[in-house]
Amino acid sequence: MTRTQAKHWIRAYVQYLLIPFALVLFLLLWNTIVVVNQYPSFILPTPRQVAGAWLVNWQNGIIPRHLALTLFEIGLGFSIALAFAASVGYLLAKSPLLEKIISPYIIATQSIPIIAIAPLVIIWINTGPIQNAVIAALITFFPMLVNTIVGIRSVRHEYRDLMRSYAASRWQVFTKLEVPAALPIFFGGVRVGITLSVIGVIVVELLWADRGLGFLLNFARGQLDTPLLFAAVATLSAMAITLYLAVVLLERILIRWRRTVQ
Amino acid sequence: MGAPGCFAVPLCPEAFRGFSLSLNQPTLIQIESVSKQYGSAHDGVLALDDVTLDVRAGEFLSIIGPSGCGKSTLLKMIGDLLAPNNGQIHIDQKSPADSRRARECGIVFQSPTLMEWRTITRNIELPLEVAGVPRREREARARELLDLIRLSDFAERYPHELSAGMQMQVAIARALAPRPAILLLDEPFGALDELTRERLGHELLDVWTHTRVTIVFITHSVGEAVRLSDRIAVMSARPGRIENIIDIDLPRPRTTEIRDLPRYWDLLRQVRVALHLSGNGNGKVA
Repeated sequence: MTRTQAKHWIRAYVQYLLIPFALVLFLLLWNTIVVVNQYPSFILPTPRQVAGAWLVNWQNGIIPRHLALTLFEIGLGFSIALAFAASVGYLLAKSPLLEKIISPYIIATQSIPIIAIAPLVIIWINTGPIQNAVIAALITFFPMLVNTIVGIRSVRHEYRDLMRSYAASRWQVFTKLEVPAALPIFFGGVRVGITLSVIGVIVVELLWADRGLGFLLNFARGQLDTPLLFAAVATLSAMAITLYLAVVLLERILIRWRRTVQ
Repeated sequence: MGAPGCFAVPLCPEAFRGFSLSLNQPTLIQIESVSKQYGSAHDGVLALDDVTLDVRAGEFLSIIGPSGCGKSTLLKMIGDLLAPNNGQIHIDQKSPADSRRARECGIVFQSPTLMEWRTITRNIELPLEVAGVPRREREARARELLDLIRLSDFAERYPHELSAGMQMQVAIARALAPRPAILLLDEPFGALDELTRERLGHELLDVWTHTRVTIVFITHSVGEAVRLSDRIAVMSARPGRIENIIDIDLPRPRTTEIRDLPRYWDLLRQVRVALHLSGNGNGKVA
């Protein structure tokens, strides 16, 4: 290794070390603030108290149970939204007439705060987790729909002419042109969608549910168990980040050619 | 201009004619009084007006004309990407639609229109894949074509890793993959720099000699048309009409020394006159 190479390597290494270092610094600062001001734990617990609360509630199964339910609701809500956004989006992108007729209604439903429809959903659907999933799906649907339409519309006319000159079937045009061409824009919608699904489920759980991480937040608040509240928030954040990274990873796998662009 | 001594053939008109292999070939594409109007009958634009043109089997025909003369429209109608309002087109006694279903035409647009998510090899394989050609055969054909255009080193690269000129070569190779009888090129070199353009022109002639495909080539460049073609159809704009058809009786193979021939400059002037770019008869070539 030459000297310059070594220098580069050390610089990169130090940069990666700085990330956990920043976290440690943050926790130390947090701890200092609590100790110096002598806050009681229900106002602001120390990091150590939060970690303790998390560990206890993980081991006794409370956090895993609520996490599993919340994950199920997010998964279901996101899947419903994905299925509808992709299929309806494709139809609207292919049929300008249909889009003209339907899009005002879709936009109108988007101007209603979805949470305002939530009570209706709760009346119609009896099962709690399904209610939450459906409401999450309603929130998630629109950005994914828009990106599907934009993605399919982004296919330039020359490419369609090309496929036509090959005497390609509709299915071949779909699989060999439209899907791969729309994928990058479509995934932009999926990234937003997964984040919105998390927000949707948590908000509904906070408001109505008797299970799930959102409920746990509410419960901890009611008990003034602030360390548990922090532990629930930490779990939630870790889950949201993991889900987002899973989408990014899937995107990287499916759109491999993009990586060579830069 | 150098002396026209570089060619081993005697420089008389009879000898020139002998080189135009397609002169006595049967008609492959028959265009009969074709008209095309965009928009409504009242306020539409007449893109093509009563165009009649025969393309002979195996020839290299260029269509030249100002922007908006409907040359792309004409090409798209041969490829069955557009339908004429009036008149008929026959390709080997078939309608353009039947010809398209039989995959007789390969098309190349001004932009390479490569699939950015496919490697170069897989791009060339695409028309074969659509036609249901087995994998091995596809791969063999792609290798063969990559050899022909001398881009074998780039087989597993993605389109954006290639220069604009290389991308265009790949687009031509892709169009040739299913061994079409006709190659339709819509200003393929229009977006390239002059040097690349000339090089690709010669490569295209190589490919043409190699495959004996019939070429309909649309261009803006008078020099390019004269250097490459057997015949040039000169079009006028709005409405698009065939103004003149000029036989290019220059010897083949055409090298860069073609410019040393007085006949080259003579033909250049003829095309320019037909395009109303030069004054008639004063022999000025800009």
